[in-house]
Amino acid sequence: MAMAMAMMFRNAASRRPMSPISGLRSMSSWWKHVEPAPKDPILGVTEAFLADPSPDKVNVGVGAYRDDNGKPVVLECVREAERRIAGTSFMEYLPMGGSVKMMEETLKLAYGDDSEFIKDKRIAAVQSLSGTGACRLFADFQKRFCPDSQIYIPVPTWSNHHNIWRDAQVPQKTYHYYHPETKGLDFSGLMNDVKNAPEGSFFLLHACAHNPTGVDPTDEQWREISQLFKAKNHFAFFDMAYQGFASGDPARDAKSIRIFLEDGHHIGISQSYAKNMGLYGQRVGCLSVLCEDAKQAVTVKSQLQQLARPMYSNPPLHGAQIVSTILGDPELKSLWLKEVKIMADRIIGMRTTLRESLEKLGSPLSWEHVTKQIGMFCYSGLTPEQVDRLTSEYHIYMTRNGRISMAGVTTGNVGYLANAIHEVTKSS
Amino acid sequence: MESVFSNITRAPEDPILGVTVAYNNDPSPVKINLGVGAYRTEEGKPLVLDVVRRAELQLVNDKSRVKEYIPIVGIADFNKLSAKLILGGDSPAITENRVATIQCLSGTGSLRVGAEFLTKHYHQHVIYIPKPTWGNHPKVFNLAGLSVEYFRYYDPTTRGLDFQGLIEDLGAAPSGAIVLLHACAHNPTGVDPTPEQWEQIRQLIRSKSLLPFFDSAYQGFASGSLDTDAGSVRMFVADGGECLIAQSYAKNMGLYGERVGALSIVCKSADVASKVESQVKLVVRPMYSSPPIHGASIVATILKSSDMYNDWTIELKAMADRIISMRKQLFEALQTRGTPGDWSHIIKQIGMFTFTGLNTEQVAFMTKEHHIYMTSDGRISMAGLSSKTVPHLADAIHDAVTRLG
Repeated sequence: MAMAMAMMFRNAASRRPMSPISGLRSMSSWWKHVEPAPKDPILGVTEAFLADPSPDKVNVGVGAYRDDNGKPVVLECVREAERRIAGTSFMEYLPMGGSVKMMEETLKLAYGDDSEFIKDKRIAAVQSLSGTGACRLFADFQKRFCPDSQIYIPVPTWSNHHNIWRDAQVPQKTYHYYHPETKGLDFSGLMNDVKNAPEGSFFLLHACAHNPTGVDPTDEQWREISQLFKAKNHFAFFDMAYQGFASGDPARDAKSIRIFLEDGHHIGISQSYAKNMGLYGQRVGCLSVLCEDAKQAVTVKSQLQQLARPMYSNPPLHGAQIVSTILGDPELKSLWLKEVKIMADRIIGMRTTLRESLEKLGSPLSWEHVTKQIGMFCYSGLTPEQVDRLTSEYHIYMTRNGRISMAGVTTGNVGYLANAIHEVTKSS
Repeated sequence: MESVFSNITRAPEDPILGVTVAYNNDPSPVKINLGVGAYRTEEGKPLVLDVVRRAELQLVNDKSRVKEYIPIVGIADFNKLSAKLILGGDSPAITENRVATIQCLSGTGSLRVGAEFLTKHYHQHVIYIPKPTWGNHPKVFNLAGLSVEYFRYYDPTTRGLDFQGLIEDLGAAPSGAIVLLHACAHNPTGVDPTPEQWEQIRQLIRSKSLLPFFDSAYQGFASGSLDTDAGSVRMFVADGGECLIAQSYAKNMGLYGERVGALSIVCKSADVASKVESQVKLVVRPMYSSPPIHGASIVATILKSSDMYNDWTIELKAMADRIISMRKQLFEALQTRGTPGDWSHIIKQIGMFTFTGLNTEQVAFMTKEHHIYMTSDGRISMAGLSSKTVPHLADAIHDAVTRLG
């Protein structure tokens, strides 16, 4: 029967002459006017790196962790979780809102194991496509339910933040954040912008390990920011992509969020397992919104699901299974915490080594910021021209804003990197 | 502190997924779930294909595999093989490099990304969709920024295709309008055009410069043959024109929850396809950055290996055959009971679903009295039936039709 159908298709197509549409072949494309899109500034760096044949090349571009041999890492806890999962899953659809088990554990990480908000079921949470997906769902949600609102975004920020809120059609404003002179936080600039923003404004905050600068407020500064937010009735949306990865201690890295929660804010959080569990390609994360009560949480969750359904129906299963397997098993969870600390410690060690190497080379500049900044990235202060020289003369790849992914630095290449940086900056 | 979202009202339950929720809450031992379109075995169990299990184990045992971000457009092998699967290995569109293929999150994701691309780069922002269609279609297109119009499709009097209505409505569409076409096994009706009718539809669409957007969610699952089920798509691509295609591996590979699919945009030239691909990346990046690795890796593993591919086609045909057999059994059971009405549409319709023609009252009756769960439009998922449960369903239909005819 299948053969007959196939024959009928072929015959039907050839029975009539193509003539009414013979002009079709000379018709032009609908897409001739489409311009080639610019390469993504971050991901384009890795593409260029891969294309470089030099044996000395170093990739300190995209923020994916590498071990001291420059190799990507799959955590042991992840390998074990995968071994347990393989062959057992029925691969059925997850609910629109994602894996309940995965989210229970994920909320504990952000809000605290004994969080009253979890107990009182006040958190509306949906599994998301990593951090990007969580931010996008929130942006769409913000557009739909607070259509007159804008989002305040720090300068600088992860470049994709701008794309996300733009595609969600939420107007953007910026607030001061990075202080180029000190290579630290422009705290007074930040507070000024927070104060001058209209009451009830929406702000995007990096919970820890600010991307791209690595500059975080101190606990005391966070408290002041929280107080001012309270006075202005602002909404705080935290992007937390590096919990555990910054200091090595997940609770410590969630301190900014805990401060806001203590002060009574109803916040939103984007959480990602891309870096801290090394699950980059699995696209697993969580969007949560703290509500007034359990009833409102159910309502808000139902609306978040309405935004997910026409985007991808329900989130992918595998990554969520890995996360719940690990976090749901005390031994595996404990192994994970150890492995996260190892990653964070290696990066902290590389910061120290890079700084010391530059100082030993007799650099005229201060490199204090290399060890003061935290997380995967170091905002080196290198100019785009200096970055271009690093690439063309030394085959060192980083984004043109001078952001160095410390995860790409190893004991094997730190000397080469320090030397190259010294060479392009010594006459500054 | 008051929430900025206090004025929000609760969204209604998804009508399709809500059926399963109601089913789960029913304690009756004879309940049947004919709601959501996920395949079930004769024993009523979900099925993971053997070939999928093999691919899984191959992947987990490969120590060289890492979990890095895959490119924004997804896994290259997966994309090439997916295009080949839907278009045929000998398709000139492929050999001429005219196809931009992007890994997306199953059918839904492929439709959404395609629609957002069209909103940004295509001059017409209206899409014509069949009446009825999958409940999520209008939402996907609306949120992507397209406006939705309907063309006649299903004829309730014949329980078949309203071909005249379809031709009239598409004939009246503005030049350049986008048209959503179900490649095979129309959801929810199971009613497909014949090859002759497809040819007429193709001519009409090309003569009006309408842009076809195919939703291919059941390739191989409808007739049991991957090539036959791709017939409509290949007919359009063979005329050299452009189109979009959303492919899903949810049903035909049983990878539902892993969200595996592909969007292919068939263009006039390789240069255009390359530029188009670069622009689709800009749609994906602010949505989820890059697609999930796991499901697509399984698919690529299977499609790459001629042994695994062959084994897959056998398992796929077995699923399709079981469904065809359920259609026959249900039809015969209704004949045996002398149930009033013409039930031949059950064996004429194709794919996972049967549009029974039962009205909402009859459906509600069947749920209440007989614990049969289906969507209120009378759609039943044949995949949820087994030889054991067909008699119960036939009894329920008979009861509903005779009591509430």
